[in-house]
Amino acid sequence: MIEVENLHKAFDGEEVLKGIDFTFEKSKTNLIIGQSGSGKSVLLKCMLGLFTPEKGVIKYDGKPYSRFTEDERKDLSKEIGMVFQGGALFDSMTVEENVMFPLKMFTKKQHKENKKRVKEVLKRVNLDGNEKKMPSEISGGMQKRVSIARAIVNRPKYLFCDEPNSGLDPKTATVIDNLIQEITHEYDITTIIITHDMNSVLEIGENIAFLKDGVLAWKGDKSQIFKTDDETVTDFVYSSNLFQKVREAQQKGL
Amino acid sequence: MNYLHSIGEYFLMLKGTFRRMTKTSVLRSLIFKEIDDLIVGSMGIVSFLSFFIGAVVALQTALNLNNPLIPKSLVAYAARQSIILEFAPTFISIIMAGKVGSYITSSIGSMNVTEQIDALEVMGINSLNYLIFPKIIAMLFYPFVIAISMFLGILGAYTAAVMGGFVPPDIFVQGLQEDFIPFHLVYAFIKTFLFAFILATVPAYHGYYMKGGALEVGEASTTSFVWTSVVIIITNYAVTQLLLS
Repeated sequence: MIEVENLHKAFDGEEVLKGIDFTFEKSKTNLIIGQSGSGKSVLLKCMLGLFTPEKGVIKYDGKPYSRFTEDERKDLSKEIGMVFQGGALFDSMTVEENVMFPLKMFTKKQHKENKKRVKEVLKRVNLDGNEKKMPSEISGGMQKRVSIARAIVNRPKYLFCDEPNSGLDPKTATVIDNLIQEITHEYDITTIIITHDMNSVLEIGENIAFLKDGVLAWKGDKSQIFKTDDETVTDFVYSSNLFQKVREAQQKGL
Repeated sequence: MNYLHSIGEYFLMLKGTFRRMTKTSVLRSLIFKEIDDLIVGSMGIVSFLSFFIGAVVALQTALNLNNPLIPKSLVAYAARQSIILEFAPTFISIIMAGKVGSYITSSIGSMNVTEQIDALEVMGINSLNYLIFPKIIAMLFYPFVIAISMFLGILGAYTAAVMGGFVPPDIFVQGLQEDFIPFHLVYAFIKTFLFAFILATVPAYHGYYMKGGALEVGEASTTSFVWTSVVIIITNYAVTQLLLS
């Protein structure tokens, strides 16, 4: 579980996060949604320790991150898996080497054992048989799956995903969403996903934080978000024609 | 103010490079890879340039020595001095700023743009140490490149002067040995070590701290070449003043 309390972050005097309070629950897919520039990525980077907030507290399982010693921060980073928007796979490494990378860096296991674990994880994300391929030789969807495999290979407690299905076709995007949700339940981890894809919200939104202009404008889950009358949320949720038409149909009782 | 900020940032980068070391076994393989990319990969162009520039230096000297009172051995002497003192360490380093420097800037810059550096940081890896330290260690082998450049430069000068019929072989060898000061080699290798450090770190700085996309990676490579050359030239002047004057 990760708790964020009264989080403030500014760049060049301009406040990007204005006092965010939210609890990201364990064994759930926690979604941060909102328009571009609403502060989603900044919030994620603050939680990852890549940005230092001006004010506020981030607690990992009850312990404030600011009170972590250097060694504790190092240990915590081993418990974090991250799926970047573009995959962030190392271009000079094969799929297998990419997934094995965290194991090589942080475990003292034999190469044989590492290889076995990599095979296991690649099978989990349906990529067995692609071990020797380079990232440039596989599709965008496959790159995202390799990125997920790399993020979970060390059995993390927290999984962060920055727009994991951006740039993917709707079918592949759903596959990625479902894979992340399955892994979250299977590994019993706290998953935090940044997205502005309403299909993802519909599919896997178990705990949702809606940000607008650096403020937490709404929170709830996927069943509540389509019922709310909060105009800030409905403006965003029904911004696409498809969802607008579904809403109209619902209102007409169709 | 911007320059001061960049200089400060560069030194902070150096400090960060030597902190929180990466696992030894991983570092070892990274160093071997960098030796292959930066040192072995540069041997071809360095050898080619050294041989022909050495030959041209000898030709130019021979063609301009019309006075019969000036001994022909001066061709070899002039070629040796210019190759050992300036051509091999400085001129080759400027070329390496273009070859190795842009490679370092663009590879680190691309990793920056595609969030690979963020991925390293999130994993708790000191990205500065992981990316830059192996390059610094690999560049410790740079003096070997310069030694080969010196040898091939003189060989090129010998080939052009002797095969071209300007200087007899024994006179050329005599000229090579004339008034040889061993400290000149020490001076050349001291500055080679300094240039090696500059070649590894200045381009790395430009790649690591660049912002933007693919276009900016290209811009960073160009800027990196300019600044690496400037720093090399200034260092060359300072070292020459300190050691030879």
